[in-house]
Amino acid sequence: MSKSLYERIGGEPAVNAAVDIFYRKVLNDDRISRFFDNVDMEKQAAKQKAFLTMAFGGPHHYTGEDMRKGHAHLVKMGLDDSHFDAVVEDLGATLEELNVPQELITEVVDICETTRNDVLGR
Amino acid sequence: MYKLTIEDHAYSCQPDETVLDALLREEVNISYACKKGTCHSCMVRSPDTFPPEAAQAGLKNTLKKQHYFLACLCHPERDMLIKLPDQSEFYTEGTVVANEMLNRNTLLLTVAFKDAFEFNAGQFVNLQRPDGLTRSYSIANTPKESNTVEFHIRRLTNGRFSEWLHDELKVGDTLAVSEPRGHCFYLPERRDQGILLVGTGTGLAPLAGILTDALAQGHTGPIYLFHGSREVEDLYRIDEMRQLSKEHENFHYIPCISGSHVPEGFSGGRVNEVALASFTDLKGWRVFLCGHPEMVNHMKKMTFLKGAASADIYADAFLSTPT
Repeated sequence: MSKSLYERIGGEPAVNAAVDIFYRKVLNDDRISRFFDNVDMEKQAAKQKAFLTMAFGGPHHYTGEDMRKGHAHLVKMGLDDSHFDAVVEDLGATLEELNVPQELITEVVDICETTRNDVLGR
Repeated sequence: MYKLTIEDHAYSCQPDETVLDALLREEVNISYACKKGTCHSCMVRSPDTFPPEAAQAGLKNTLKKQHYFLACLCHPERDMLIKLPDQSEFYTEGTVVANEMLNRNTLLLTVAFKDAFEFNAGQFVNLQRPDGLTRSYSIANTPKESNTVEFHIRRLTNGRFSEWLHDELKVGDTLAVSEPRGHCFYLPERRDQGILLVGTGTGLAPLAGILTDALAQGHTGPIYLFHGSREVEDLYRIDEMRQLSKEHENFHYIPCISGSHVPEGFSGGRVNEVALASFTDLKGWRVFLCGHPEMVNHMKKMTFLKGAASADIYADAFLSTPT
């Protein structure tokens, strides 16, 4: 039986290695940083970890409905496809920095794509 | 709507309320501080039900197993039996052995215990008045053989608790002190790591404890303390810190004044701005932040962006609670 994406990418240690790099990229990204202006760092770090776990194909409890609710206030602030793309791009760059093979990055991006409509409330 | 039962009293928890909201509305005497799951002041236990997962976020596994949860994060999913911390069990009586003013509004309160009072410098306790009113304060010293614990108490306008400590509590009086809590303290590892301490007002208390502890444990990396206030009269322990920086080559003290009158020897500007301007890169640094919530939140983010790992950023969770 083939290993899951989560196992191949390195499981929780991979999430831990990626979370600071990824979150720092997001906060420094002028296209999207305004969405994070008033968030609590510690809570946000926990959310980023949960997000990466999901994106890496790991265990998570998010439903489409959670995604909608969790991002509804951001959609009101103008969250659209361009911002979604920026986050996915930052995640890709994070994984490249960590020398994750391109084909695994493609799988991660595909998982992110499955959430696009829920995140953007469509 | 769910029913919350404490001993033989029943309270209702409205759909949009947390357990803490409901109990405070019902005027139940429950200790709390940050209201956002960080300080753990409002930790309670439900003997009969497993609390919602979200209400146990960040608790140690040993506590989770015993159905401990944070009242401020708990939206009940069913009726709950709730046990408040048995205060007589968790509190130790101390005796006030000294109280003196550190500046025009800050009291140094020293409390002695008969037996060893174990804590890590930088942790906080709850202090309790005989009528049950409770507030959280950081410990300002390191463990001493004399079993004394120091607090810096800023007088808050109309602050019922701080006014009581300032005006009524006398040397020789007893004071109920909870077990120490919190995770903002020095661990003797990576001794060559840079340490950045940034605080406003009585945020100096835990930072001074952490600083003393780090120096006593032989920390070799550079240690920078930025202490800020609007006016110089609201800073304190200035001479002591300057002396300490003369005795320890690796310790640097930068008092900051954000108001318009900046005397010689002080840096002008907000403490967070002065601190950030002093470093281009904080990669590998350990950061401790305490004081004004806006300053703390801003610095958590900025020190992280300057390269400090999120696991290396420690912040005190206190907000001053309206009384």
